[in-house]
Amino acid sequence: MNDFDVTVIRQNWQFLAEGLALSALLVAVSVLGGVVLGALLALSRLSRLPLLPALVAGYVTVMRTLPLVLVLFWFYFLGPFLLGHPIGSLTAALIAFVLFEAAFYCEIIRAGIQSVRPGQAQAALATGMTHAQAMRLVVLPTALRAMVPLLLNQVIIVFQDTSLVYVVTLRDFMTAASIIASRDSRPIEMYSLVALVYLAICFTASRLVAALWKPAPR
Amino acid sequence: MNYRWNWGILLQDPYFGWLWSGLGWTVLIGLASWALALLVGTVAGIARTLPSRLVRALATIYVELFRNIPPLVQLFLWFFVFPELLPDELGLWVKRDLPFPEFTTSAVGIGLFMGARVAEQVSAAIRAVSLRLMPAALATGLRPLQAYRFILLPLGLRAIIGPLTSELLITIKISSLALTIGVLEITAQSRHVENYTFQGFEAFSVATAVYLLLGLAATVVMRGIARQIKPL
Amino acid sequence: MITITQVCKSYGTTQVLRNCTAAVGLGEVVVVCGPSGSGKSTLIKCVNGLEPFDTGTITVDGISVGDRRTDLPSLRRQIGMVFQNFELYPHMTAQQNVSLAQIHVLGRSRKEADQRSEYLLARVGLADKLASRPGQLSGGQQQRVSIARALALDPKAMLFDEPTSALDPEMVSEVLDVMQALAQDGMTMMVVTHEMGFAQRVADRVLFMNEGKILEDTPKTDFFTAPTTDRARQFLTKVLRH
Repeated sequence: MNDFDVTVIRQNWQFLAEGLALSALLVAVSVLGGVVLGALLALSRLSRLPLLPALVAGYVTVMRTLPLVLVLFWFYFLGPFLLGHPIGSLTAALIAFVLFEAAFYCEIIRAGIQSVRPGQAQAALATGMTHAQAMRLVVLPTALRAMVPLLLNQVIIVFQDTSLVYVVTLRDFMTAASIIASRDSRPIEMYSLVALVYLAICFTASRLVAALWKPAPR
Repeated sequence: MNYRWNWGILLQDPYFGWLWSGLGWTVLIGLASWALALLVGTVAGIARTLPSRLVRALATIYVELFRNIPPLVQLFLWFFVFPELLPDELGLWVKRDLPFPEFTTSAVGIGLFMGARVAEQVSAAIRAVSLRLMPAALATGLRPLQAYRFILLPLGLRAIIGPLTSELLITIKISSLALTIGVLEITAQSRHVENYTFQGFEAFSVATAVYLLLGLAATVVMRGIARQIKPL
Repeated sequence: MITITQVCKSYGTTQVLRNCTAAVGLGEVVVVCGPSGSGKSTLIKCVNGLEPFDTGTITVDGISVGDRRTDLPSLRRQIGMVFQNFELYPHMTAQQNVSLAQIHVLGRSRKEADQRSEYLLARVGLADKLASRPGQLSGGQQQRVSIARALALDPKAMLFDEPTSALDPEMVSEVLDVMQALAQDGMTMMVVTHEMGFAQRVADRVLFMNEGKILEDTPKTDFFTAPTTDRARQFLTKVLRH
């Protein structure tokens, strides 16, 4: 068994830090885009318009059944066709992530809205509110309280998902570490570091979310 | 940008063979890792509900460890790091003589990752049932072990079919990660075909269809199992 | 005030309302009773359009509820509704619950609305609970808040859907007392309830429903002394025995 050599980490910390920064960027854009698009999808799915709910349901099902790796490959391929010109790796990955995670956020948001008892909406309507008012003033505020822990947990999952940009050689934290691992022949140190960092961040984050939402107001 | 369609290319040699073998590997990895996940997950899930604090702690460590590290990283740990950590002879055997090393590592890595998820579902189901029925069972004089055997486990397992279906679908999806350590499953092969023929649309459509069909098949099978168990 | 004419409604293949016809006059208190599943709650929810119905007509103060051109939100300002499960908004205080519709539906200012809410909450005996959230109130208190909320829009009529069925026995009377006071003040009320004592004291007329049909529609005293149908007789003996 080789000696565990921490110097390789110290020497390359800048490279690794840049990788982590890219991971952070991927997470930020994916979550923001995913939540916004997911909310639109959820509302579309709950609407009473003729074709829209079925289309959204189909989209969500497909995105949740396909592996993220395949979705990444798809958008690398399709990206130039959709936008009419060649696009960079990062743009393609961001598009793929936003569209992928939006499906998951859609389901979380939809479940949150549907978890509100129909009686609440009825009570609001009975006092003369329109559907839009009932949603805005009564249903959504209650739904949001139910949703937030799940939304935050999904962020942690997104963070783990971003490690997959390895397959399209975008230099996020994981890919950066693996580059060093093979270049300097130090897989143990590098991958242990990656595992530790992810473990530390994800474990702390999920504990924080659980703690913050335990005292649920009713 | 123009695109020339050529669906026929999928049926040509060697591309057809590649795609078929990719499908085979995806199914194999899916089945193998699911079997491992069920085994380990059920044990760990039950362990998390037992009265012994030590047993619960061990199971919790397993679950937290394997849920908070991305599956891709776990695969790499198993493939690159684990053999180095073993005592010399075992390490050498794993590196040289392990049959189908990439496949085995993928199955083990994915199986253990999914096992942690299954464990969560199992312990949640048992806890939900036990909250209602453990007091009643104990009140009739049953010992805890008996309560588990006759009431909690049978009812808990019935409750779990739905969540397990979604975990099975996730297992099928994650089999794609095996491509990072060299297993040529269907996603890898579809990319392979795309690289050679530039017919990306066709190639990726095949992979997409495979996952959708496998997902459908898995859902149908699980629903069939549910129907067998459901009539209480 | 409220007229219901030949109303039918089906859920899929099950018919839940069969040719229901009834009327509630201005200032009248009509109690609707009957076994579970008889369609009482469905009927009352059709009156303010929360449930659609297939055929027949319902009018409230002359406005047809089923007409597609009717603006239901405006119509609902004229009718207050109290639900079995209270349905207070959990993220708001009692006062905010009562003020919400005043502000967003009637366009009153927050100050005006809060003042009115204070008055109404005092009227139902909860002057000291303005800042309490539903989670901090007992069932009886929550239901009284919900009555105040329904009164906030100055409705011409009030609908009650089993207002005391979800309450602990000791809280039932505090709610019924409020309802009785309302009736004495001349409010037009349609009340679905199992509380026969309330019906005997406060109702003007009683509707008895069974399997989607209105079997009895009689003045109160006649209903309790000499119901015309066997089913109603059966129901009364079981219910009044306690």
